[in-house]
Amino acid sequence: MADGAIQTNNSSGAAPPGSVRDLLRLWPWLRPYRGYLIFMLVTATLAMVVQSILPLVTAALIDGPIARRDTSGMYPLIGLALLFGVLEAVLFGLRRRAMTTSALAIETDMRRDFYQHLQRLPVSFHDRWPSGQLLSRVTSDLSTLRRFAGFMAVFFFANLAVIVVVLIMLVRLDAVLGISVCVVMAPLAIATRYYERQYNIEARRAQDLTGDLATGVEESVLGIRVIKSFGRRGQLLENFTSDAQRLREAELKKNRTLANLWTVIGSYPQLVLAGVTFFGVLAVAHGRLSTGELVAFITLQLRLNWPLMALGWLIAGTEETVAASARLFEVFDTKSDIIEPESAARLPVNTGPARLQFDRVSFRFPGAETDTLHELNLDIAAGETMALVGPTGSGKTILTALVARLHDVTGGAIRIDGVAVDRLALDDLRRTVSTAFEDPTLFSASVRENITLGLPDASDEEVREAIEIAQAGFVYELPYGLQTRVGEQGLSLSGGQRQRLALARAVLGRPRVLVLDDPLSALDVHTEALVEGALRRILSSTTALVVAHRASTVLLADRVALLDEGRIVAVGTHSQLLATNDAYRNLLSQKAETRV
Amino acid sequence: MTATDTPDGAINESQWRGRYDKREEDAVTEQPPAGRPRLEREARQLLGQLIRPHRRQIILVLALIVGQVSTTMLAPWLIALAIDRGMPQAINGHYRTLTEITGALLVAAATSGVLQWLFLRRSGTIGQAILIDLRRRVFDHSQKLSVSWHERFTSGRVISRLTSDVDTLRELLDASLDGLLLAVLNIVIISVLMVFLDPWLALMALAALIPLFALFRWFSGRSTVAFRRTRETVALVIVQFVETFNGIRAVQSFRREKRNDAIFEGLNQDYRDANSTVFKLHSVFIPGVTLVGNVATVAVLFVGGTRVAEGGLQLGVLTAFLLYLRQFYGPMEDVAIFFNSLQSATAALEKLARVLAEIPSVPEPAQPRALPQPVRGEITFDAVEFSYDAQAERPRIVLHHLDLQIEQGQTVALVGATGAGKTTIAKLISRFYDPSEGTVRLDGVPLAQLTDEDLRSAIVMITQDGFLFSGSVADNIAFGNPGASRAEIEAAARAVGAEEFILKLPEGYDTDVRKRGGRLSAGQRQLVAFARAFLADPAVLILDEATSSLDIPTERAVQRALYTVLHGRTALIIAHRLSTVEIANRVLVLDDGRVVEDGTPQELIEADVKSGGGRFAALHTAWRESLA
Repeated sequence: MADGAIQTNNSSGAAPPGSVRDLLRLWPWLRPYRGYLIFMLVTATLAMVVQSILPLVTAALIDGPIARRDTSGMYPLIGLALLFGVLEAVLFGLRRRAMTTSALAIETDMRRDFYQHLQRLPVSFHDRWPSGQLLSRVTSDLSTLRRFAGFMAVFFFANLAVIVVVLIMLVRLDAVLGISVCVVMAPLAIATRYYERQYNIEARRAQDLTGDLATGVEESVLGIRVIKSFGRRGQLLENFTSDAQRLREAELKKNRTLANLWTVIGSYPQLVLAGVTFFGVLAVAHGRLSTGELVAFITLQLRLNWPLMALGWLIAGTEETVAASARLFEVFDTKSDIIEPESAARLPVNTGPARLQFDRVSFRFPGAETDTLHELNLDIAAGETMALVGPTGSGKTILTALVARLHDVTGGAIRIDGVAVDRLALDDLRRTVSTAFEDPTLFSASVRENITLGLPDASDEEVREAIEIAQAGFVYELPYGLQTRVGEQGLSLSGGQRQRLALARAVLGRPRVLVLDDPLSALDVHTEALVEGALRRILSSTTALVVAHRASTVLLADRVALLDEGRIVAVGTHSQLLATNDAYRNLLSQKAETRV
Repeated sequence: MTATDTPDGAINESQWRGRYDKREEDAVTEQPPAGRPRLEREARQLLGQLIRPHRRQIILVLALIVGQVSTTMLAPWLIALAIDRGMPQAINGHYRTLTEITGALLVAAATSGVLQWLFLRRSGTIGQAILIDLRRRVFDHSQKLSVSWHERFTSGRVISRLTSDVDTLRELLDASLDGLLLAVLNIVIISVLMVFLDPWLALMALAALIPLFALFRWFSGRSTVAFRRTRETVALVIVQFVETFNGIRAVQSFRREKRNDAIFEGLNQDYRDANSTVFKLHSVFIPGVTLVGNVATVAVLFVGGTRVAEGGLQLGVLTAFLLYLRQFYGPMEDVAIFFNSLQSATAALEKLARVLAEIPSVPEPAQPRALPQPVRGEITFDAVEFSYDAQAERPRIVLHHLDLQIEQGQTVALVGATGAGKTTIAKLISRFYDPSEGTVRLDGVPLAQLTDEDLRSAIVMITQDGFLFSGSVADNIAFGNPGASRAEIEAAARAVGAEEFILKLPEGYDTDVRKRGGRLSAGQRQLVAFARAFLADPAVLILDEATSSLDIPTERAVQRALYTVLHGRTALIIAHRLSTVEIANRVLVLDDGRVVEDGTPQELIEADVKSGGGRFAALHTAWRESLA
């Protein structure tokens, strides 16, 4: 297992600053829309051209017909001015339309790919990554990216072009003065570069802290019952406030860098202008330059102001986008360590129960120093039901997660019908193995959707059977029957009801291997007896591994394996173990309970 | 829910979402009970409240920007001066005036820079202060709201309010306010100048404000609806996202990925469509503003030109007018862009204002009554009736007229089938809900009259879900009593038998439990939750299925601990397994919201013999038979 490959990004540690390379990596998502992007660039440039022609038309009009007091001579030029005026607006509108289509599509595509990628990352990744960090990526980072793709990228180039053109014109107007301006402006580029880097690091930190804040929010909302129960509102607010304050400080740091950058970009050309005025007037005084030329030079140089200011703003936006892309690629670059086999093995064609073997299986949690499971051997024959019993913390839960490869073993192999699970295609494996977890997770969807989670095409008959086996007949009495929405956004069900739905989900379609993690813990005695009766029917036709805490559940099994400290210490029937094994007796004996 | 055509294999919501009752649908689509104007007013009011504390600062910021704009406007005038005055002298070899003017230019540039810097810093600080204020308000308010509100509103939606919606306001605050102020300042100053230059041309130029106004009105009306839709669709995207990754184990092991891909794509497309509507409005609105400006300029040019040709106007005046006009309409675009951000933020603020306007259904008392110390832990239900949907036409009553007295130090077990009302009683005692009728009292004081602090330090419930926060095991136990020392934390863990497994973790008490306690098994999480409650040391302890995932020896250890822990405390135990009930000295059997049996376990078992009833006795027999 490639442990440590994923580093939780702890925002207190400095994240590596992103680079422009991260922007280039966006290309695969931009590519499908490159036509739009070029169109946007073209229309933006055309609009700028039109914009600069309009004053020329005005000037021609004033110098020409108006100066000549020639009213009828005005019409063609007025017409032209009107045409250009309308054209500018139309070009503007067209560009915005193109932006709507492309930038939004790029954002939507990336969001889709991000979600799809995340769904396929292993459980160990999700355990490690704070949820808010993922959420902030899919919301605020993607919006940043959309703004960049739709707007900034185009203007970045357009503005750079304007600046270069103006500088060239300045040089052509007066070589000495023009080149001097270019040289004197050079430090601006250096200063910009400096602030840009600083801003990148600060933007990254602020984005990370935004993620931390989202994590805090999510926990405060999901844990609301515990928070209320202990009356810890004040403490939560305090934690939230300190998170929000850290974010504020990071934002203010960004703000300071930005203020520096913008002030430098805004004022420095003004200082240069003062110099140009001084030396320009001197040049005129010494007859090296005409007054008209000086005025033209200064007017032209003034036209640099806006594109420079805009550039300052665009640079900030670009750096934010760089940081956002770096954050996104951190996740995109994480490869699942639950790897699909290159050439998947096939299970022997058989629809009956499969044999399940644990062959010297070891497991170690990422970052732990000792194994949780030690070279564990267990052989469950096809059609057999094996109960797994052991004290809290002995490793039962992780063992159940290994079969469907939610985690990979760190040693040994788990085999189904003799084929190691990591040689099977994941889809095949998870179709063969069905698991009911100790936490019965329901999604905000209809009852039917929740039961047919793994088999959306299950027939009504199959669903009915699964409901019966799990004794979940209560669903028919819900307001809309199987169409009733349950889960967080729907009807809330009791723990016992949720557990029965999770059980129905697991037994649906009679899986060849069934793994049940303490499937009856939340049921009352009466329901438990009913479920046990129904479960027996399906257990006879499938191979099952059932984690059990109670004798009543153990009795469902043909044999029992006793797990202690990550090792199977005994295997036998319930009565055998009860008779021969002290630890087992201690674990399942009800003596202490029967004192009532 | 709207059903729209969705491309790319996205599936329609109606295929999976399922149905739920009317009231909840309202909560999902968030059809506000109030009309549109009221919503907008609420949003503006909220914005006003947020800004008010900073109004002095804002005036200062305004002054800074006025100063900055004025110094910037000085530059052209100084340059003209340099050419008109400085040049003739320079030609004569006198450079003093030129040097002075250049000096003034430098000073103006520097002053403008300093003022701009100050402006940026100050306005950034104010913006951040407003944001943190808003965040705290919404956060704290959402925490104040009752559990039932959270259940209805759903976690994903609260998260969306506190993240995505607040971000929208941030965008407004980031949107260059200086640009807006500059624009407005320009527009006002230039209007005045134009009127002085030529009233008739000025009137023409200003007439363009009428179509502009219409354009703004049109955009405002349409975009409000569209922006609202973006807020709603993004919330659904967030809800799906949060839910998927909280249930990732089930998603992966049941190969749910593909179907989720399709579901998410549907929501993703809805969000895109909502944004697309906004952008399309945009692509008419902003070029529209440009168009009005350009057409008006040409009109002025035509009329002015004609007048010049006829000799009614000086050429110089027309030239100046046209130059001003450019600066008059140009900034209108900035105003339009700002207006757009404002509309977007208003839609988000509406949502936030709605959350803030929610009145907690379980409010803290305005005039609390003191709880007599020491707390005895006596619980009284006085004619309590409860329904989860009390407002409905035919509410489903969960508890019918319950009178109950739980004495100090009693350990009461609640027994009964699913839906009998056990958990409801527990939730009423811990005041997650208030009764629809009647009163619940602690030591004679109605719960509704106790401060949250008094109530929560006296009554603690260990809930079924036993939520763990990210952080170490020790942090999670300390949640029960934030002031506890490490020794006390460890003692609590030891007392409930959790220490054994904790010490086996890689870093013992300092082991990170990972997201939602993913590092631990359900049983281990229950033990941590138990230790947490133990550390809180309440007078009344409620255990709702708190030991269901424990193995028998551990459960026994917990029960042994409970014998000592519960001594002198009142306890309410809900458990399906009678083994957990054995430490109780009183059993209440519930059926359909009524107490049908009440007595010591022994009495109830014997009741079987005397009378025909005996549900507990029957349960007890069934349970004994289920034992191996």
